[in-house]
Amino acid sequence: MKFKVDRKTILTLAAAALLLGLSFLAENYLDDFQIRLLNMWGIYIIMVVGFNLIYGFTGQFSLAHAGLAAIGAYTVALLTLSPEAKQLSFFIAPPIWPISVLQLPFFPSLIIGGLLAAVVGYLIGAPALRLHGDYLLIVTFGFSEVIRLLLVNLPMVCNGAMGLKGIPQHSTLPLIIGLAMASVFLVKRLVDSSYGRAFKCIREDEIAAEAMGVYLFRHKMLAFVVSSFLVGIGGGLFANILGTVDPNTFKPYLTYAIVTMAVLGGVQSLTGGIIAAGVYTIMSELLRSVEAPRTIFGIDFPGIPGLRTLAFASMLLLLILFARQGIMGSNEFSWEKIGLFFRKLFKRTEGAENREHS
Amino acid sequence: MDVSLFIQFLINGIALGSLYALISIGYTIIYGVVGLINIAHGEFFMVAAFLTMWGVLQYNLPWYISFPIAAIITVLLGLLVEKVAYRPLRKMKTSAFIGAISVSFLLQNLFVVVFTPRSKPFPHPALLDQVINMGDVALPVVNIAIVLVSGLLFLLLSYIVTKTDIGRAMRAVSKDLEASQLMGVDPNRIISFAFILSTSFAAVGAFMYCSKFPYVDAFTGVIPGLKAFIGAVMGGIGSIPGAMVGGFILGLGEIMLVAFFPELTSFRDIFAYLILILFLLFRPGGIFNVKAREEKV
Repeated sequence: MKFKVDRKTILTLAAAALLLGLSFLAENYLDDFQIRLLNMWGIYIIMVVGFNLIYGFTGQFSLAHAGLAAIGAYTVALLTLSPEAKQLSFFIAPPIWPISVLQLPFFPSLIIGGLLAAVVGYLIGAPALRLHGDYLLIVTFGFSEVIRLLLVNLPMVCNGAMGLKGIPQHSTLPLIIGLAMASVFLVKRLVDSSYGRAFKCIREDEIAAEAMGVYLFRHKMLAFVVSSFLVGIGGGLFANILGTVDPNTFKPYLTYAIVTMAVLGGVQSLTGGIIAAGVYTIMSELLRSVEAPRTIFGIDFPGIPGLRTLAFASMLLLLILFARQGIMGSNEFSWEKIGLFFRKLFKRTEGAENREHS
Repeated sequence: MDVSLFIQFLINGIALGSLYALISIGYTIIYGVVGLINIAHGEFFMVAAFLTMWGVLQYNLPWYISFPIAAIITVLLGLLVEKVAYRPLRKMKTSAFIGAISVSFLLQNLFVVVFTPRSKPFPHPALLDQVINMGDVALPVVNIAIVLVSGLLFLLLSYIVTKTDIGRAMRAVSKDLEASQLMGVDPNRIISFAFILSTSFAAVGAFMYCSKFPYVDAFTGVIPGLKAFIGAVMGGIGSIPGAMVGGFILGLGEIMLVAFFPELTSFRDIFAYLILILFLLFRPGGIFNVKAREEKV
């Protein structure tokens, strides 16, 4: 594809460079809590755009994301921990051979985590994507739970229910923001390509798509594998930021959180996903502080556990009942709209090519 | 393994199977009539158990008063959820499913926030704790009660479904929604009735289940709910005899797995999920090969 160096491309590149620069500054000047928020935002962006790709653009509702994130997270954890640390922390059963000696730097581990998640995604998708509707979502849910239960029940591979602790933390805010931008760019390029048109065609009407010569299975698989890769990367970063992984992190609630963000933003909008990931991160942290017991001015306030999930569940229910379009519907950010806004022109240009940035 | 031990496992398996069958029916009735996987079914189960426990512990009611009140509240809650959350989404499959998951998480965490996150003992009649010894075989009364109660309920259900007008209307709606409407069946009434049946089965199931495993918290419904759902899929979701057979086989199989391969005990949930996946991939109609209701275009 030939790149046209026009004003939009320059603006997008400038904005990306600006964001990266800002993230370097943020890393140095913000406090730990704010950096943590930004990190989580970036990670959720990667996971949500992955979900947008498979559900919003291809119309395949998959509930396998928690399991796929677990694959990425455990791969990164096991590859970056030193062999000695692994010997120490595996006290149910010693680690089996390749895991006991392997150690890789962070970035290759992350990529391997993403690729492994993609491979597992392929293995799940190959049978599951032949199904439709209810059957598809139950099968993907089942696979996700099987992955989690295997993590619990295979102590020689991943230390069982104890999880892994003390994962060396290598990821930095610029890296996460950079990867988030790269994911958005990847998904955007993909959905704007001929593959993307095929995805949308499948979403609208599978039978018509097939009649038009769209190879259903291959396109669904492509979307699912790319989505799995992104979620795996997200999971890997998650493990690295938190420093610990355990199977409980990857309960179905994680998938539900991703679905919540996607619906909040509008399942067909990457911009919406980015905004919603931010909203979710901030809400989640604010409510977390309400859940923990604390003392203000000498008065003890008991924590209210469960409030966070209750708030998100109520929010998603209200969204799905009254605002299925979410924040952005299927609209995307574009320079044209910004330009129009600044020129105070309120006429929409029909069919304008939407270029989006993160 | 000697014979008496085997018989003990067998009885245990039959009891667990009957329980799963009882809960599976709730899924299958709703799926048959509305075409919705009511993921929140396990939460209705939890609500019934939790409120029974709450009535006894907090208000000192005897269980035989607390349980009916809890069951009635559960049924009303089921009707409310159907009206508020499921009815507006009836035409939209994925949205309806997202709605059902939301209801499920909402109920769980509502109970954690309003009541308590702690697990409490379930107050059940002392009679059920007794064990009858017949030779070498120890026979817990609770297992006999479970089998009797579920047997009675199955008979009642099959009477309702095959012999009464509303049962006939239910079968008609699950065969063909439009045609049944043309014949003068009000689908909203039938769907409400299906929810009443489903939640009351969940309530009875909850009482029996929690008498056998006597602890309740806000997440009590998750595991039996999932197992019963797998049972319903095994039998062929949408079919009432299918749910009974599927739930029964799953419960019996689970106990037999533990009995014959004790080292695989911790893998039993994985086996349950694998059964679910394999059935959906290779025989989505389940054992009874139920045809999914055709979507009208």
